[in-house]
Amino acid sequence: MTKFVKGNEAVVMGALYAGCDLYFGYPITPASEIAHGAAKWFPMLGRTFVQAECETASINMMFGAAGAGRLCMTATSGPGFSLMQEGLSYLAGAELPAVVVNVNRAGPGLGNVYPEQSDYTPAVKGGGHGSYQTFTLAPASAQEMFDLTMKAFEMAAKWRTPAVVFADGLQGQMMETVQLPERELARPDFSEWAAQGEPKTRENLVKSIYLDAAQQEQFNVHLQEKYAKMAADAMGEAYLADDAELLIVGYGISGRIARTTAEELHKIGIKAGVFRPITLNPFPREQLAAVAKGRKIMTIELDAGQFADDVRLNLAKAGLGAEAAGVNMVNRMGGEVVSVDDAVKAAKEMV
Amino acid sequence: MATIEQKGMYKVFPRSGKNVSFTHYCPGCGHGIINKLIAEACAELGLQDRTIFVDPVGCGVFTYYYWDAAHISAAHGRASAAATGACRARPDAVTIAYQGDGDLGAIGFNNAFQAASRGEKFGCIFVNNSLYGMTGGQMAPTTLDGETTTTTPFGRDPALTGHPLHVCEVFAQLKAPVYIARVSVADTRRIMQAKQAIRKVFELQRDGKGYALLEILAPCPTNFKMNAIDAAAFCINEMEKEFPLGVFRDEAKESLAVRPVPRAASCHDLFLEKDAVPAAETDSSFAERRFKFAGYGGQGILSLGLTVAEAARIERRHTLWFPSYGPEQRGGSANCSVVVSGQPIGSPTVEHPDVLVCMNQPAYERFVGDVKKGGVVIVDETVPVKVQPPEGVKLVVWPAIRMAEEFGVPKAANTMMLAALKKFDCTGLSGESLEKALVASFKKKPALGEKNRELLRLAESGKSVK
Repeated sequence: MTKFVKGNEAVVMGALYAGCDLYFGYPITPASEIAHGAAKWFPMLGRTFVQAECETASINMMFGAAGAGRLCMTATSGPGFSLMQEGLSYLAGAELPAVVVNVNRAGPGLGNVYPEQSDYTPAVKGGGHGSYQTFTLAPASAQEMFDLTMKAFEMAAKWRTPAVVFADGLQGQMMETVQLPERELARPDFSEWAAQGEPKTRENLVKSIYLDAAQQEQFNVHLQEKYAKMAADAMGEAYLADDAELLIVGYGISGRIARTTAEELHKIGIKAGVFRPITLNPFPREQLAAVAKGRKIMTIELDAGQFADDVRLNLAKAGLGAEAAGVNMVNRMGGEVVSVDDAVKAAKEMV
Repeated sequence: MATIEQKGMYKVFPRSGKNVSFTHYCPGCGHGIINKLIAEACAELGLQDRTIFVDPVGCGVFTYYYWDAAHISAAHGRASAAATGACRARPDAVTIAYQGDGDLGAIGFNNAFQAASRGEKFGCIFVNNSLYGMTGGQMAPTTLDGETTTTTPFGRDPALTGHPLHVCEVFAQLKAPVYIARVSVADTRRIMQAKQAIRKVFELQRDGKGYALLEILAPCPTNFKMNAIDAAAFCINEMEKEFPLGVFRDEAKESLAVRPVPRAASCHDLFLEKDAVPAAETDSSFAERRFKFAGYGGQGILSLGLTVAEAARIERRHTLWFPSYGPEQRGGSANCSVVVSGQPIGSPTVEHPDVLVCMNQPAYERFVGDVKKGGVVIVDETVPVKVQPPEGVKLVVWPAIRMAEEFGVPKAANTMMLAALKKFDCTGLSGESLEKALVASFKKKPALGEKNRELLRLAESGKSVK
């Protein structure tokens, strides 16, 4: 069965199929359709929608709901995502599964409601206090807004971690066909650790405090070991990359611009390939390295180079220092989108 | 077997004998008494298995050392938000938030207030000792006029910091709470009253009655810089002057019934469409086409784009539709992009449209230069063509607005434009699919769909155009 829906609506559908029971949210453009869809569809399925008084409330309501052993989510955009960083740190500190969708708009400050990818660092590196990470996925289509929202719940539960679906304003508003699955996911059982108000969970304590420094360090070591294991779930997609002389790297909407750019370059005899990370944390480092070795590399991004820096870091960590040093970037900011013309021009200058 | 002292607690803290042990609270602190009363109420009512305690940050942070029930340790100020989440997630649980006056009165005031306003089904026990205890005796919103704290070293000055915040009195302005009261634990008589009030908070939650707030005045000898007796006397003689004890609300009414909404049995049931089109197929022989539709808001520009996208879906083409959005859509101009392709679509943005449809002059002048060689521009005849399209681009001036008016359906100007797209075969899609998509766009008003199909055909034939 297919539906022709906005990316934002696909997010809500994905959450429902994943078994998300509670939505807490505060409206913000260009993410508001997620709240609209949730307000309508969650109650229709006997699930819970709460319009919170602010994003700080949303994320802390999630702390309570996740702590009580239910799958829950919120969706927001830049300014609201900033307000949620403290709460994300608490979720990570208490190892609670929950999903935050950030439909990135232009910043800093109030900025505007048009697409950017400038929240890369807080969305990918853990934007709050302490040494924590989130499982971060970057959809590139309405189908992936659906699929990766579902995946986010699965990963959040598997790794007991907050997960971030990192999209942008363009994808939120864009309508495409989504293929819906036959079945909904089964609810995970969190009774081992959650405070559910039931006899079997009476001994459970959900907390992020370790007053003793040694215990706090031990907990941090445990988190870091968990994050290292998470790398096994990294995902990326290569396109026309096997015999490419130039590799274009971009995620989300930029990954699609990269695809069209590569196709245009092929028409004028330049062998260009694409690598599109689908998870940004864990970063698909090995997959990237496999297609990047010995290639010239160009990133496409809607930020000031935060992503390019991460590509350089990952290449360097994969032992591809020379490739890392040669990474070029074509970018736009402020809600402007990189044009295929500009990307083609930049690529031609590199080869 | 649990002793009476242990009731509801993980542990007993004997004050004499061989096994003397201490809680983390200072001697004379009100929290210790309150903690014991809460544990007793929870145990006596047999609610330990059902209870979720939401713990604060502040001196109450370690209540999970004491109360034998499940706990969620919230962020500073956020216990009421977290309790909202917990009680919504577990409607059958007894959810109790425990907060201090910095936690609830300052950083988390709005979360607590809004939870009360929504009538969340949890009990909030709010300990007021007139200052921040754990962080070192700073001013709280509840600090008395003239009271010395570490951040009011010369006494609280109302000219600079206002007056004490009366949480119960403020919350009593709200309609939703079922119980709001202020008690004290400064002496035995008050402790007995507090015990009854705490019990009531648990009973209300046990019975799912609604939001309850219980403020408890408590001594803090350490930060008052007094001995325990003087601290208790300060509570009675000074704090109660500002914060009178009493019941502000007690109407344990039947909780409001939730208004029924249409229900679906499953996601599949909710999202299933009888006439859903199958997924797109890849067909490399179909050349990708990019469209830009532009005009004023209200001219039906966005739905015209959607109709073309739907026609593409009917033909199992890959397609996407993307609107201008945000403040732009509320202003004068509206535009949308559509891409139709035989293959998965890369960049969604339409930099160089194959087809540009313009209903107004600003849109025409903004986009006409971008149209691809071999492309087509359809512009309403009301638009003065002062700029010529690039070489190799066909220009069609079409009386969409006039035709719609002549047909007596001015709103159908977009359908008139669709007629032009069909007539001049601009879409690469069949007329049948375009008509089907047009009718489908009036799903909720089928008669209008048929009417528009009729107008489309008339316009295409040009018969009625004067």
